[in-house]
Amino acid sequence: MFQRIGQAVKGAMLLDIAGAFGLGLKYMAKPKATVNYPFERGPQSPRFRGEHVLRRYANGEERCIACKLCEAICPANCITIEAEPRPDGSRRTTRYDIDMTRCIYCGYCQEACPVDAIVEGPNTEFATETREELFYDKDKLLENGDRWEREVARNLELDAPYR
Amino acid sequence: MPIAKVNGVEVEFEPGMTVLQVAERAGEEIPRFCYHERLSIAGNCRMCLVEVKPGPPKPQASCALPAAEGQEIFTNTPMVKKAREGVMEFLLINHPLDCPICDQGGECDLQDQAMGYGRDGSRYQENKRAVEEKYMGPTIKTIMTRCIQCTRCVRFVSEVAGTPEIGMIARGEDAEITTYLEHALTSELSGNVNDLCPVGALTHRPWAFNYRPWELSKTETIDVMDAMGANIRADSRGPEVMRVLPRTNDAINEEWLSDKSRYAVDGLMRQRLDRPYVRVGGKLKEATWAEALGAVADVLHGVAPERIGVIAGDLQDAESMKAAMDLFRSMGVKNIDCRQDGAAIGGGARGGYLFNTTIAGIEQADAILMIGANPRLEAPLLNARIRKSWLWGNLKVGVIGERVELTYPYEYLGFGPATLKAASRNAFAEVMKNAKAPAVIVGMGALARPDGGAILKQAADLAAKFGVIREGWNGFNVLHTAAARVGGLDMGFLPGEGGLSAPEIVAAAGRGELDAVVLLGADEIDTSALGKAFVTYIGTHGDAGAHRADVVLPGAAYTEKPGIYVNTEGRVQIAERVVFPKGEAKEDWAILRALSERLGKTLPYDTLADLRHALINDHPTFGQVDYVVGPATGLDLGKLGGKGDIADEPFASPVRDFYLTNPIARASVTMAECSAIRSKAPALAAE
Repeated sequence: MFQRIGQAVKGAMLLDIAGAFGLGLKYMAKPKATVNYPFERGPQSPRFRGEHVLRRYANGEERCIACKLCEAICPANCITIEAEPRPDGSRRTTRYDIDMTRCIYCGYCQEACPVDAIVEGPNTEFATETREELFYDKDKLLENGDRWEREVARNLELDAPYR
Repeated sequence: MPIAKVNGVEVEFEPGMTVLQVAERAGEEIPRFCYHERLSIAGNCRMCLVEVKPGPPKPQASCALPAAEGQEIFTNTPMVKKAREGVMEFLLINHPLDCPICDQGGECDLQDQAMGYGRDGSRYQENKRAVEEKYMGPTIKTIMTRCIQCTRCVRFVSEVAGTPEIGMIARGEDAEITTYLEHALTSELSGNVNDLCPVGALTHRPWAFNYRPWELSKTETIDVMDAMGANIRADSRGPEVMRVLPRTNDAINEEWLSDKSRYAVDGLMRQRLDRPYVRVGGKLKEATWAEALGAVADVLHGVAPERIGVIAGDLQDAESMKAAMDLFRSMGVKNIDCRQDGAAIGGGARGGYLFNTTIAGIEQADAILMIGANPRLEAPLLNARIRKSWLWGNLKVGVIGERVELTYPYEYLGFGPATLKAASRNAFAEVMKNAKAPAVIVGMGALARPDGGAILKQAADLAAKFGVIREGWNGFNVLHTAAARVGGLDMGFLPGEGGLSAPEIVAAAGRGELDAVVLLGADEIDTSALGKAFVTYIGTHGDAGAHRADVVLPGAAYTEKPGIYVNTEGRVQIAERVVFPKGEAKEDWAILRALSERLGKTLPYDTLADLRHALINDHPTFGQVDYVVGPATGLDLGKLGGKGDIADEPFASPVRDFYLTNPIARASVTMAECSAIRSKAPALAAE
């Protein structure tokens, strides 16, 4: 009985509306939690694991030495490597494929790499229209490396003290 | 037997065993690099240190220390642990630690033992040494900086291979393994040093960087490059056989493998017949199976059986030969032969064409007479056995035939039949007669010629005079060169009554007396001499046979089908499928089964198991897998061979180029390289 009356009084005084209005005013004064993507982006850790890149040394020589440790450790079996001696005798891959549709972005490949050749870069924006475009080959990965080298190198440097 | 204690456990051992062997007998694992069961003891890596009482209070190299009665051996004391860590630290001082680019990575003794017995880090701050790479031929890739000077390779080439071309020069930090003159090894067994190398200093050049050991599927099978039937493990990745390694079988190949068996596998991916072809207007055109089989059936239907010839090649499995034999016999064809070189053997007692002493048994022989055989090229592993027995015993060898470099000294008696005729009276005859275990090895150089039958008779008579067959010993041996040969002879894949042999089939076809010739993987005949005959080729490679063929039916190579092979000593072995046949190719027996249906003579087996049942039912020897009769073969030497005139032509081994004896090897790039290097004379020191 008293409950009913209490409710009726609350409703008549528009207390709920006032409360909601107050909450709205409170959050209006606070800083915004959302960002205006893609014009704004959230912060990203140097350890972020995004799209793979194959890096080169400063002199343009590709880093990958075809040791196949990334292929061996990959839990999703998405890396395929074939290798043979390059004419100068060095050990290089003739094929380095990553099936990005199968990759689970665990980052084991970059952990296994003894020469920091395969790295998961900061890029997350590589959506494609077809599935086939996500089957990356060596050219694509090296191109990624050239494109992202500055960011990747900076991230590795930032993270180095914690390894 | 004396008794020693290993870590407090009493172990019996045979006198003469080393401490390492005794510890192994007790189940203790001793790390080692230089010690190898089949090589002499060097004792220079020091990895096998153990504590031994009584003795000086310091660790002892167990590989070189003879065990003694009452000895106490400790393999797990702090002293041993410290000693191993110290040795490992020293070994790693100059090791480049480039495992990620090393082909040995993943199957490296140094890697494994550093994990098991080494320290966690290095205290070495100074510069590492580097060693120049050496050239050792097309089979061996050297990165000598990785070498730890265990000298296994040096001991292998000087002891087993018998071509002392690798050695160690200089001392201490400057010590290097080298071939002195930077020329290729001349051994047919050179690939084994890559297996022996405990680190990545010597690796397989043909397979450099191609695979990692962990990504290969391993299949245990049988080699067909020679008639030894060496046990191999074929490692494959996807559709490709990446490498072939020896499997230990003390009765056949111990743990060695010849270069051809090992490195010819790249030929399995080249020049392959992967779909049927039919010759239209002088050119081979791609066809479907139905068209190709129809074309063959159309021709064979219209040809009288006596105008058909069938020749089986050197690499055929017993099942496909059995299917071919059954099919063509049922059609009434008598011109069937598995001896494409025309060797005058087969028929009669099994012992008449086997290596009766057995491959392991030849080590017991104290006098060997070779007649027209060159085991170094025809069966390098057998040659290594003979060398071993010469090295460690007092074996005497006499040779009638070519004067070639075997890897042991021999008495050269003469070049041909004239010497053979007089062989019971020459100087070596005394050696043979006085020997406890004399053996005669008759090679295809003596038998694969028109007068082979008469020569076989002469050789058998000679063997009888020397008394090579005695209680518990049969010294009469035929050394085959083809993996399929003994299997073919066992099942009687031979001309029927009045039938033609392989050379006669070729000649008759050339004269136009045969209308159709079926080549079951036969490439070593003169295919250009087949005249106008309709040639059906069932095989794997675009080689001589396919080149001449009117219809090509693509078959499976030895790694692509389960098959039975019988080696030169009569040992039946079963090979397994490693990868699937290429393209549209089918297993050979299945092709013949399909063809039989088209010819209206359907073979009575639908599965390989049925075919094997039929094979074993008809020829019981095929059921005795991995069994050799050995000396027990009842053999009457007097019944061997045939009559006829003997031409005084020198015996010449059929293996002219060791590296190019079959279609697979001829398609292999590595074999071509080896052959090119071998055909050049080695550089002399003075040059």
